[in-house]
Amino acid sequence: MRTEVFYKNPQLDGRAKKLLKHLKHSVSSSISNIKIVDIYIANGIDRLSSDMAEKLFSDPVAQKAITQKPAALENELAGWRYLIEITYKPGVTNPVVVTSKNTIEVAIGEKVPEDAIIQIATQYLIESPSLEKNLVKKMKKIFFNPLIQQQEFREGSPEELKKNPLPDVYPHKVVKSDVIIEKIPIQQMEEKELQEMSEKKLLALTLDEMNTIKKYFSNKDTEKIRVEAGIGKEATDAELEMIAQTWSEHCKHKIFQSTIEYKDNETGKTETIKSVFSSYIKQATKDLSEKRPFLKSVFHDNSGVIDFDEENLVCFKVETHNSPSALDPYGGAITGVLGVNRDIMGTGKGARPFFNTNVLCFGELETPESEIPEGLLHPRTVMNGVHLGVIDGGNQSGIPTVAGALLFDDSFTGKPLVFCGTGGILPREIGGEGSWIKHIDAGDLAVMAGGRIGKDGIHGATFSSKALEDDAPASAVQIGDPITQKIMLDFLLEARDAELYKGITDNGAGGLSSSLGEMAEYSGGVRIDLHKCPLKYLGLAPWEILVSESQERMSLAVSPEKINAFLELANKRGVEATVVGEFTNSGFVDIRYGNERAGLLSMDFLHRGNPEMKLKAEWNRPNSPDVTLPELDCNTMLKNLLNESNIASKEPFVRQYDHEVGGISVVKPFTGKESDAPSDGAVVRPVLNSKRGITVTHGICPRYGDRDTYNMAACAVDEAFRAHIAQGGNPEYAAILDNFCWPDPIESEATPDGKYKLAQLVRACKGLYDAAMGYMLPLISGKDSMKNDAKIGGKKVSVRPTLLISLMGIIDNFEKAVTTDFKNDGDLIYIIGNTNGELGGTFIEKLLKQNLGKAPLPEIENAFKLYKKLYKAISEGLIKSCHDISDGGIAVALAESCLGGRLGADVSIDAFPLKDKNMETARILFCETPSRFIVTINAENAKKFEDIMSDDCVKKIGNTTKIPVLKIAKNRNYVIEMPISEIDKAWKREDFR
Amino acid sequence: MIVKTAVITGFGINADRELEKAFSLVGSAAERIHIQDFIESTAKIHNYHILAFPGGFSFGDHFGSGIVFANLFKKNLKTELEKFINSGKLIIGICSGFQVLVKMGVLPNFKGDWTPEVSLIHNNTGIFENSWLRVSFNKQTKCVWTKGLDEMDIPIRHGEGCFVTLSDTILDKIEKENLVALKYSDRNPNGSINNIAGITDNTGRIFGLMPHPEAFMYPENHPRWTSEKIPEGEGIKIFKNGVNYIKENFSN
Repeated sequence: MRTEVFYKNPQLDGRAKKLLKHLKHSVSSSISNIKIVDIYIANGIDRLSSDMAEKLFSDPVAQKAITQKPAALENELAGWRYLIEITYKPGVTNPVVVTSKNTIEVAIGEKVPEDAIIQIATQYLIESPSLEKNLVKKMKKIFFNPLIQQQEFREGSPEELKKNPLPDVYPHKVVKSDVIIEKIPIQQMEEKELQEMSEKKLLALTLDEMNTIKKYFSNKDTEKIRVEAGIGKEATDAELEMIAQTWSEHCKHKIFQSTIEYKDNETGKTETIKSVFSSYIKQATKDLSEKRPFLKSVFHDNSGVIDFDEENLVCFKVETHNSPSALDPYGGAITGVLGVNRDIMGTGKGARPFFNTNVLCFGELETPESEIPEGLLHPRTVMNGVHLGVIDGGNQSGIPTVAGALLFDDSFTGKPLVFCGTGGILPREIGGEGSWIKHIDAGDLAVMAGGRIGKDGIHGATFSSKALEDDAPASAVQIGDPITQKIMLDFLLEARDAELYKGITDNGAGGLSSSLGEMAEYSGGVRIDLHKCPLKYLGLAPWEILVSESQERMSLAVSPEKINAFLELANKRGVEATVVGEFTNSGFVDIRYGNERAGLLSMDFLHRGNPEMKLKAEWNRPNSPDVTLPELDCNTMLKNLLNESNIASKEPFVRQYDHEVGGISVVKPFTGKESDAPSDGAVVRPVLNSKRGITVTHGICPRYGDRDTYNMAACAVDEAFRAHIAQGGNPEYAAILDNFCWPDPIESEATPDGKYKLAQLVRACKGLYDAAMGYMLPLISGKDSMKNDAKIGGKKVSVRPTLLISLMGIIDNFEKAVTTDFKNDGDLIYIIGNTNGELGGTFIEKLLKQNLGKAPLPEIENAFKLYKKLYKAISEGLIKSCHDISDGGIAVALAESCLGGRLGADVSIDAFPLKDKNMETARILFCETPSRFIVTINAENAKKFEDIMSDDCVKKIGNTTKIPVLKIAKNRNYVIEMPISEIDKAWKREDFR
Repeated sequence: MIVKTAVITGFGINADRELEKAFSLVGSAAERIHIQDFIESTAKIHNYHILAFPGGFSFGDHFGSGIVFANLFKKNLKTELEKFINSGKLIIGICSGFQVLVKMGVLPNFKGDWTPEVSLIHNNTGIFENSWLRVSFNKQTKCVWTKGLDEMDIPIRHGEGCFVTLSDTILDKIEKENLVALKYSDRNPNGSINNIAGITDNTGRIFGLMPHPEAFMYPENHPRWTSEKIPEGEGIKIFKNGVNYIKENFSN
């Protein structure tokens, strides 16, 4: 039975209005109208009458529902020329189906039969003149992603629909696998066979690794144990899959762990680095741990944990979800958001997510369709999908999206970068023990809670560890369900506070094989009963159950005494929870399927048996001589910079994120008189009745890496830290996360320049270490994604090496927090920090399309001194506005602060603190030297302020004015005169609305 | 006396913690209660003076925000809720909670049989929006929750807040009988007819609104607190009104 629902007055459908705007813009302005029909297909549920269905699925006030004939034939909807109906492919889980099932069961008062079919489709009725073939094709592309959806298309008139009616039900059967355990005689296999198997099974394991596995199974002791256990000498498919997941680049970070021979042709020195992770990232935290006593749990758990106050701890994690977002932007992004939320829930004994951040990197929106390789989506399509995914993921979970950024760069056309971050809070103690400690003993039961297991996302981890190629598996993509997860998280927090479980972790990449495999490390082993796992549908092979990445699932350790209470509460809260095994101290992962043995792997081999990679890196500094800038009109350049997609206002996107739910917001993404000027970051209050706040900021500047990734890394750290300082954050109380997104840095036929890309990684780590040490910022968590290349139709697109720094810091009393907008006319404007004039990788360089020399680099020792002084000035309430100077330089920062206050400014370059007085004017105004701020203070506080700052690089440059014009003078001539109205116009791009 | 408030939660409701906090700030003993716990023992709702339906995305707002939650509540708790209302107690629904009330039919409920007469549909912009705007309160309304209020800055956070009525007759009744409690005054964010942002029923005790007063609990919630003097979180005045009404009309 098809229930078709539409608005009685279709003109009231806001969704359709938005869609029409999009179609007119990207397909044809001749498209005159579009109407939407929601289709609910329910078969095999006898007790669901058509009358009942019409009531259930529609809003009787505004909508009409019919079951007897197609809505497209109704008068209200007449006039269409094209009909497109979209539904998901079999096996793709659709949250709306989950809710429909739910609501039908409430209505009929019983469970729907197992073999019932529920499907959701959306029908678009498009009114337009007949369109050319290519336009129709383009239009279809907007609605239809063949990877995950199926479609029906009709052209012409209702007659067409009568001749050729729409299906009563869409194909819904998932291809069944044989439910068998395959035995693989790996001991007998030749190298060639090993390689072929790794390819064929999408294991993404190198020959070296396959040989190591072969060796393990050939070992006499191993054979003995296996024969005695009754599993036999041969390896099973489940075992190989589990090893592949555990050893995948995604899970094991092999490149960061590898031994690198680093040859620096600049210094002529060669050094051997044993794991850049241990040598730089971990090392920085180790070296700082004494001076930064607020660290609680770093690196080993799902997120980094630090002290917040006497009662609470806070934690922070940022993940990437690049590959899935390239294939299905919406699904990829929403699962990214929900995934990192689970990381927080899976930290220690479980934390409550209380804010999200996201940094999204896309190709240039202006890229012509013709330049997009076949098989890749256009950056705008990717952006629209990812944006919607972030909206639904955050808003529907009730977690405010408080900070982030949008970047555009041609190098992100192959793979978008989708960084999803979440902060969490947890009580200091749970069950009389530190809440950050996982506690799992032999005899505890292994429990899976949340969604069921399907074929979703099988090989996600191994797939993201490969370059994106034509043959990407459809199963690698899935849609997230925020509500199922929200219901699960609510339940888990309740269970946590009732002390019903001891350990928890999330099911992400690698599914149960990763979650239970990692948890087993605490007790020393685990038995997994795959046949007990609840499935979405029949026909999953044991190995598929083990590695499936079906979303919205957590794994827990529950003691036998508490299991009944735990399962009861789960049931009461509508959450499915199942005992799927038991933690042991056997030293083995023991995998069963009914009475069959599906696997028996030594924990030690599984987690520490992978061969270490040895890699070569070679650094040659790119030639980038400093050049004198051509004469240029600074007014025009400022306008172009304000309008540059990376700098321009992102408000139209950000307003669609709920950034206030929880009532925790203190400094919002936008500030000022009209709430339309940019903030430097976010300030939130995790504990409502406390004045102690948290700052959340980011630093990211991939273009600097063109010259030297050392500079890129150091500048990213400075950017995040200086934004923390600008808002009033405590310089002695902040921690950072690192997220590396790199192109494949391993030299090969596909990557001839691997040695250089790896050298870039080494240098980024050195820059990160030096900046973290210099600012005493401990790294508490991070992630790397090392295969951000797309090879489509032979064409390879690689991302610029990108390091995102995310910072979580303390602001002792948020009543002292400062925002970027100018406050009153007549206030004195100061610049804090020397302008050094580097233009390499800056946005003026991007606009002038010519190489402009060295990239910026912070002078950390001096900068840190300034930061501490500025903090003092803010704490004493002297600072009325503070804006950090970054993308686009001084002129852009001034323009933004003017806009915020709807006030003008009159400043003189002659007063600027400059490294070199003879710099070109444009260099002074637009260079991106880090560690600088623009602040305003009340005239009467001038002396106090200058005494505190007491530094030659802090200079009064002018004052704010009632006349709403930004005026910048040099030798009494104005080089920039721009009314707020023009700043506003340039900064707010039409195509972002 | 202790004014007891039940903040109803579960199945995707997400603005419950701050609503609980807002009520406790104005002296009510507020607690979050999972709807399942009410369904289990329906009489339990009479332990409270105020039922508060918070914002969120119950059941993902699939096929219409609040619909599924409304059906669930109506099916299990209609009789008890009618008793609750008739005993003179208070109900407030915010954002998704407002949607639940109108879709259950308890607001405005002219016919008295819980037939839905108004609805909140997709914003005419087609997008979810989080912004602060200004609302003005109707001085003539009998709504006990908005007593003495004039104007207020307040945040909206919704994708389905466009207020529509089943017929013009119903719209006229709502306006004439002063059931409109507040309207958007500086701009209409979602296409709501007559800029209607919140309504009450003819008892004045059942109140629903799209904006989020509980998100203006503290001065620092206000977007311009760093440039303007914001003396207090004005949103909680609404909850104070509710709590005071109970104090004045109930002895325990």
